[in-house]
Amino acid sequence: MLAKRIIPCLDVKDGKVVKGINFLGLKEVGDAVELGRRYAAEGADELVYLDISATREGRGTFAGLVERVAGTLNIPFTVGGGIRSLDDAARLLDAGADKITLNSAAIARPDLIGEIAGKYGRQFIVVAIDAACGPDGVWRATTHGGSVPTDKELFSWAVEAQERGAGEILFTSMDHDGTGSGYPCAVYARLAGLLDIPLIASGGAGGVGDIAAVLTEGRADAALAASIFHYGTYTVGAVKRELAAQGIPVRLKEPERS
Amino acid sequence: MIAIIDYDMGNLRSLENALGRLGAQYAVTADPQTIRQADKVILPGVGHAGKAMDNLAARGLPDLIRSLRQPVLGICVGMQVLCRDSEEAPGKPCLGVFDAHVRQFVPDPQTKVPHMGWNTLGNLEGKLFRDFPKEPYVYFVHSFYAGLGPDTVATCRYGGLLFSAALKYEQFYGTQFHPEKSGDTGELLLKNFLAL
Repeated sequence: MLAKRIIPCLDVKDGKVVKGINFLGLKEVGDAVELGRRYAAEGADELVYLDISATREGRGTFAGLVERVAGTLNIPFTVGGGIRSLDDAARLLDAGADKITLNSAAIARPDLIGEIAGKYGRQFIVVAIDAACGPDGVWRATTHGGSVPTDKELFSWAVEAQERGAGEILFTSMDHDGTGSGYPCAVYARLAGLLDIPLIASGGAGGVGDIAAVLTEGRADAALAASIFHYGTYTVGAVKRELAAQGIPVRLKEPERS
Repeated sequence: MIAIIDYDMGNLRSLENALGRLGAQYAVTADPQTIRQADKVILPGVGHAGKAMDNLAARGLPDLIRSLRQPVLGICVGMQVLCRDSEEAPGKPCLGVFDAHVRQFVPDPQTKVPHMGWNTLGNLEGKLFRDFPKEPYVYFVHSFYAGLGPDTVATCRYGGLLFSAALKYEQFYGTQFHPEKSGDTGELLLKNFLAL
């Protein structure tokens, strides 16, 4: 049976993980490769590395990091942040990334989705949508970390992104992100019903119950989380064992082989 | 030495990295001589099966691949082009090593396409799966699948459908999943292939 995926997300600035490095006791604080390896060993199904560098130098460092991650991990990983062109995508693919996420750039120029999918296949593209519910009750996409509203309506934009060549949709509710108050499951369920491609939930998990809800009621195929892992509230393994106990199909770490 | 066939069908970085971690010597090549003389051959592939056949033909490789006598492993689209034909390439014969047709998944509310993520294998047969745990999880990303047939050596269930997760005919092997992305289980499969 296809497992529901649990995907830790690491924010990287100038080649270093900038969030939640306190609890791990890593020798080299902020080492993105070591942290990724650790998550993979705990049973993460995939990883996302998000580049939040603001400078050209920082972006250059990120490509080098992607190469080192690719050399180390034996599970898939996605990279995102600042991808504006086919060339940006090509550089990260060549460095060894399995997938990229497009967010603001896809809204600014939707043709970019098709250009990248045409060249590298739809499995290479995750379109990330950060949306908020307006006072009129309509969910609309935002850009630049939720700070810039757009007139793109969430559901129609997600379907358009799929038609243009997205392989997965990653939806974050800006009304829930960072609150630990749970996911808007009804919105996810409606989105899942409209899409033929997998849906990844992100932002809002305060505990395993929230993740379980979005994977069942919310019909999401995967859940991406940052804070609950980074701050050591839960390990990836603990989350997956609890989901399994609730009857949700997850990939548990295999028993040791002789 | 392992020859990884380079025919412009996706990034080979993760496969190279996986073989490197296992300490294997490999060459990424489309050179017929190098391929023929390799101890083992891997035919990777991500993308369109029709384009994959065109790219093999443009490099003069289809007959060479069929005639290989060393162990060959096709991965993902590399496995699919070793089948008889594919719905992705109507009217175009594939390499015809495996007795299997490749069909397209039809999306429905329970069946997202592509089939993406970790799924379990069943009915494992043969040396490729030596020391495997029962019902292991491996990583899939694909929209087309090979049906069940005489060459099926592992199955996977998706959307109410049982398909070939791995095929074998003589010394030709194929996996629909990506061993190079399938964690420790995938590494074990590559190790078993290297040990053939």
